[in-house]
Amino acid sequence: MSLPFARDVAVGLLRDMLAIRRLEEKSAECYSAGKIRGFLHLYIGEEAVAAGAVRQLTADDAIVATYREHGHVLVRGMPMDAIMAEMYGKATGCSRGRGGSMHMFDAARRLHGGNAIVGGGLPLAVGLALADRMQQRPRVTACFFGDGASAEGVFQESLNLAALWRVPVLFACENNLYAMGTALARAQAQTDLCVKSRAQGVPAESVDGMDVIAVAEATSRAVALVRAGEGPQFLEYRTYRFRPHSMYDAELYRTKAEVEEWRKRDPIPAYVARLEAEGLLREGELAALEAGIAAEVDASVRFAEESPWEPVEDLLRDVTTPAAP
Amino acid sequence: MKLTYREAVRRALRTALTADPRVFLMGEDVGRYGGTYAVSKGLLEEFGEERIRDTPLSELAFTGVGIGAALGGMRPIVEIMTVNFSLLALDQIVNNAATIRHMSGGQVSVPLVIRMATGAGRQVAAQHSHSLENWYAHIPGIRVLAPATVEDAHGMLLAALRDPDPVIIFEHAALYPMEGELGDPPLEVDLAHAAIRRAGDDVTIVTYGGSVPKALAAAEQLAGEGIGGEVVDLRTLRPLDDATIMASVRRTHRAVVVDEGWRSGSLAGELMARIMEQAFYDLDAPVTRVCTAEVPIPYPKHLEDAALPQPASIAAAARALVHPHG
Repeated sequence: MSLPFARDVAVGLLRDMLAIRRLEEKSAECYSAGKIRGFLHLYIGEEAVAAGAVRQLTADDAIVATYREHGHVLVRGMPMDAIMAEMYGKATGCSRGRGGSMHMFDAARRLHGGNAIVGGGLPLAVGLALADRMQQRPRVTACFFGDGASAEGVFQESLNLAALWRVPVLFACENNLYAMGTALARAQAQTDLCVKSRAQGVPAESVDGMDVIAVAEATSRAVALVRAGEGPQFLEYRTYRFRPHSMYDAELYRTKAEVEEWRKRDPIPAYVARLEAEGLLREGELAALEAGIAAEVDASVRFAEESPWEPVEDLLRDVTTPAAP
Repeated sequence: MKLTYREAVRRALRTALTADPRVFLMGEDVGRYGGTYAVSKGLLEEFGEERIRDTPLSELAFTGVGIGAALGGMRPIVEIMTVNFSLLALDQIVNNAATIRHMSGGQVSVPLVIRMATGAGRQVAAQHSHSLENWYAHIPGIRVLAPATVEDAHGMLLAALRDPDPVIIFEHAALYPMEGELGDPPLEVDLAHAAIRRAGDDVTIVTYGGSVPKALAAAEQLAGEGIGGEVVDLRTLRPLDDATIMASVRRTHRAVVVDEGWRSGSLAGELMARIMEQAFYDLDAPVTRVCTAEVPIPYPKHLEDAALPQPASIAAAARALVHPHG
């Protein structure tokens, strides 16, 4: 089956996935070295979702993400320097270091945060979309969240409101099967998340989240429906995180065999093989991509290392908005 | 002109909705029903369903929607029916509204106004009588208002809408039918200063919201005994206007703090600490307080009355400071 995208777009998806993975592998190293602290939630294994989905949005659209958002902000176009510096807590970070790994904001790119309360971003996205509708702007707000969020009351409340008011939101559910250490089936009587969405009046579809092309196509369709005024849509991306929930997680709740089984479906090698089979990857192109990304990652670490700390005198800054001069 | 506190809030809502297309009101029963306390009565007919937006019973979601809409360039006014139900929205208020400006490194602000009724005194029992203003006043990143007069009920809402950050307005349910004067045109009010509602030389009574009329009644009683009670209405509970409080205490040398919250962990405790920190050597007597008794608010009137600050208990506390030996 030939790919539905032009060659440069198809290779771009690979580049996005690789960039997320290499950036995160380096983040984990920096964490072990004590350079990054607090919580660090890696996205490794789930890259096909951010890579495939975020590219379907226009620059005017908004994104609300979770504490596992490095991939989304990177694909959205945030420079690695700003991401790495934020993880370091430096003043040059995307949130001036005040947020860290879990709270990456970029107003210019309409990135409304990594939100670290599970489900906390859902009504925020509905509100952003409501503002767009009330101001007649043809924008879409994509709200990323996990399977765990679908157990929160705010999930039902937010989907209901979005459907009731027909606001332009894409509910992008990254179902990686675990809410931290609790398997979906151990926590929810209804494990079909599309059923939960439809129960609130939001049309839902499920897609293989390990297949970047499937993600891109399904997201593109859903975004088009939302933008056309068809009301909110729900997409379940069936995915899996290869790494622990956070750097503190001893992974007592799942077997190594299960993780190994999913690793066989690693979205990156599978996609490389597909591109090669289609003849879309040129000789040496993968190595060149890797080299470019490695240089970018290394540069981001240097940038973060060399960046200044915010002065302690500024501690109370940005609690409230300063009065206009 | 003379009007009620309820009408003053409605008038401010109408003014704001007329002046700024970004303003809209959202909450439970604000539209068809006309507002639980009839504050928004008639506004649906005037401004339509888009801007007078009835919501389902989803306090957490519609408060979060207000935050999102504020981020999206609107000026939402979220009405949470009462402070009691605001507990269902705490996550969005505390974790999002109050933090987003800071977490984003100052990139975005949340110009959201949340209004809610508060307080006891109407025999509606333990789940409908909370006075939790202090919980919200504890949180950096939000401004907390407690208008106690008709003029403030009107003016503080309009001022709140000019604030670029989240503002919570507590409207004491017992104040809605209270009548008062509103200038024509109405006076603009600031959010920075406490107000002296009655001057007096002997004792400062610091209070806010629904306890202001009670403190004024107590001061009237004290005046008959030759004791000058000065009533300071805090108006804004966060950030507190220390200067006005301390100036009064330095003049009277005595202070009673009146707070409808429960005594333990109360705003009254915070105020007493500040007076101690800043005006200790000006005091002629220990600062004292009149708070709600440490009991869920009981239904029977005689017990509810006994639980809450009352003019008599406020006057007694003030009297004891002025005449410590009876």
